[in-house]
Amino acid sequence: MSYEEDITAYHLDILREIGNIGAGNAATALSALLGNKVDMAVPHVKVVSFDEMMDIAGGPENIVVSVFLRIEGEMTGSMFFILSTTQAESFIRTLTNNKSFNFDDIGESELGLSALQEMGNILSGSYLSSLSDFTNLNLYPTVPAIAIDMAGAIISFGLVELSQAGDKVIVIDTELTDDGEKREGANGQFFLLPDPESFKILFRSLGVD
Amino acid sequence: MIKNIIKVGIADAGTVSPPDTIRTSGLGSCVGVVLYDSRSQKAGLLHVMLPDSSLARSGDINPAKFADTGIPHLIDQLNLPPSRLKAKIAGGAQMFQFAGQKDTMRIGPRNVDAVKEALSQYKIKIVSEDTGGSSGRTIEFDPVSASLHIRTVNVGEKVI
Repeated sequence: MSYEEDITAYHLDILREIGNIGAGNAATALSALLGNKVDMAVPHVKVVSFDEMMDIAGGPENIVVSVFLRIEGEMTGSMFFILSTTQAESFIRTLTNNKSFNFDDIGESELGLSALQEMGNILSGSYLSSLSDFTNLNLYPTVPAIAIDMAGAIISFGLVELSQAGDKVIVIDTELTDDGEKREGANGQFFLLPDPESFKILFRSLGVD
Repeated sequence: MIKNIIKVGIADAGTVSPPDTIRTSGLGSCVGVVLYDSRSQKAGLLHVMLPDSSLARSGDINPAKFADTGIPHLIDQLNLPPSRLKAKIAGGAQMFQFAGQKDTMRIGPRNVDAVKEALSQYKIKIVSEDTGGSSGRTIEFDPVSASLHIRTVNVGEKVI
């Protein structure tokens, strides 16, 4: 039997609350960084196939900018902060105060990526520290790594651990929207992908079996 | 004649006959394995995610997910003797660089090694390969020309 079959609707509600608290803190941090109001959508918690997981990120060939880190400690998992390239450029323009930044300019892109990595560091750090406070679990994020590539190539890397336990993913997906930009749809997506063994630990820490 | 593109998902396998082509998208650390028979122009594509089925922690496994079970699974689907098959492979990139991380972080190179090992057990020759690096790949195989088209975001397109 696969691990996801033990997960009830009640468990999904708890995971949604985790997304709410974690991404809520990250949205506050992003708002402070950009000097803009940042809105957060209600998190989605889904049990999906690997292919459906790629579709959530816009399809396997969709080119995204991704900050990725592994969560170590009492619970383990993968975390992604995913942005479209245009959104990432816009964030970098605000962060570096360079209005003309774009990824095609090789000379500039290194500084931009470094700014974005630092932003990813702050956002995922605030997500995880609130998760750690909420659950009383000790969590240690790895240094975030950044990549610009196809969503399939990037996200499949975060599925390596959990693919050893089954063919489904439980994803806590939260969208952030920067109010300063009048653009369609979400500006950034957080994916929290706990490893299979971590669900029991997570629920037990909150007093749920 | 209408040409279709047969799509193969992650941890999945499929077969193709002309005039159709077969394709899988967004290979990162995963490896795409094409097995083809030039005579019958039949071909199959496998999207391997993990090197070895001994890593599986649940009972019933999806054979297409692992290199060691995926190669025999694809040979079965093609229903051809392995001696008639040739292989082209692509993928196995290292998408993120982490210093001093555990073995699962090196999954790309391990997948490539496991695919080569499984192919050598069936004495299937690898005609060409595009593996490693740090870029994602989308691959498409045309069974008529036996050409494998590879598209990457950062490196451009090539045919092997």
